[in-house]
Amino acid sequence: MTEAEVDERIRALIEPFNKKAIEITPATTFAGDLEFDSLTVMDFVAAIEDEFDIIISMNQQAEIETYGQLVSAVHKLQDS
Amino acid sequence: MNDLTPPPAKNAAESSDLFAKFDPIIETREALLARGVEDPFSLVMEKVLSPTRAICNGRDTILLGTYNYMGMTFDPDVLEAGKEALEKFGAGTTGSRVLNGTYQGHRECEDALREFYGMEHAMVFSTGYQANLGIISTIAGKGDYIVLDIDSHASIYDGCAMGKAEVVPFRHNDIEAMEKRLKRIPEGAGKLVILEGVYSMLGDVAPLKEMVAIAKKHGAMVLVDEAHSMGFIGENGRGVAEEQGVIEDVDFIIGTFSKSVGTVGGFCVSNHPKFEILRLVCRPYVFTASLPPSVVATAATSIRKLMHGANKRAHLWENSKRLHAGLTDLGFKLGTDEPQSAIVAVIMPDLERGAMMWEALLKEGLYVNLARPPATPAGMTLLRCSLCAEHSPEEVETVLAMFERAGKAVGMIG
Repeated sequence: MTEAEVDERIRALIEPFNKKAIEITPATTFAGDLEFDSLTVMDFVAAIEDEFDIIISMNQQAEIETYGQLVSAVHKLQDS
Repeated sequence: MNDLTPPPAKNAAESSDLFAKFDPIIETREALLARGVEDPFSLVMEKVLSPTRAICNGRDTILLGTYNYMGMTFDPDVLEAGKEALEKFGAGTTGSRVLNGTYQGHRECEDALREFYGMEHAMVFSTGYQANLGIISTIAGKGDYIVLDIDSHASIYDGCAMGKAEVVPFRHNDIEAMEKRLKRIPEGAGKLVILEGVYSMLGDVAPLKEMVAIAKKHGAMVLVDEAHSMGFIGENGRGVAEEQGVIEDVDFIIGTFSKSVGTVGGFCVSNHPKFEILRLVCRPYVFTASLPPSVVATAATSIRKLMHGANKRAHLWENSKRLHAGLTDLGFKLGTDEPQSAIVAVIMPDLERGAMMWEALLKEGLYVNLARPPATPAGMTLLRCSLCAEHSPEEVETVLAMFERAGKAVGMIG
């Protein structure tokens, strides 16, 4: 799967969590812009993990602050 | 020429205050106290009268938030054992368990635990927190995977972080979510599943029967923290794993002396054939002083008495059921639909009203725990009640009357 395809699928997954319909760019932050709390993060991560059949451990999550970082991390994970 | 005077500071960067990160917490706290409520986090017990009564901030108070489930803190045999050890062995060991800090009493305490659980090995730590920190960080290291319930206790998360394993949380008590994550762990990686018998915030019990079976099916080792169930749940008080018939499949049980046992300390029991090596490689065990002789003597005596505590267990269940039913009838929202443990959590609409209710109860003469984020799940504010086998049926009725008056005064119930 190309990074663009990963991006497209994550964009669809993020929609129900993006309550304020913030515009998503690679620089969009989860904690700051999207105001995700810890429970939202858990549900959103679970949705991505199920979609791509991967694990994003808490250690990896700690390194992911922006939407762009997430797409590239998932792209790498589903390739390996 | 050597000029020893320090250079002028004109170009030095403005010094950064490392405490700036605490500003949001300081503000929340100040805003709460500005409303005039009694500080819920600096209560002082001037006198402790019994396992269920104390003088708190000058008031005679019923204790309903101490996890002193079996009321062993003032048991005469326990006190006697502690006094005797204090006299004979002194106030402290001043040393690590692996150097000069293992006395006869530490051995006897571990013997009592082995007997209590019917397991081969027992290791006593200086606190329950250190038991989780030590065991988890030592057995699951870099490259290993830990699958755990999202609502796990802080000591579990800290143990995970210290060991640097990959941490994979799943939704609270969700069997399917747990299995999905176990399936995705790379082939050949070490796997540890961490569960709790009773989750301390809402007082709910884990489906250990199903979860332990799934963990085993996927080749994972299983650690269960039974801090809030020891002495109370299960035929012999061994906890939820015993109650649900899976204790044989649990690799490590973690527990504490600071709840049912009635003193302080932590432990791990296990049948793993190589378990004893942990005494040499587990840093939170090695690099701290061992428990004082009086503490291990009180713990050992208490543990042995808990083996025969069936009547007290039965009374504690009656108390828990009565409080749960009474609070439900009054119109309070509780953490569980049915009483599942000795913890009954009353859900508050927010921190402000939770603090008001907490204060109203304290003025009535009742102490409960005010629990708030980040300790609580889903950002909830809770008034957490923990029952004691020494609460009399009359005391439970008194507690309910206090909740009714306080709840009406604060406008939380009609």
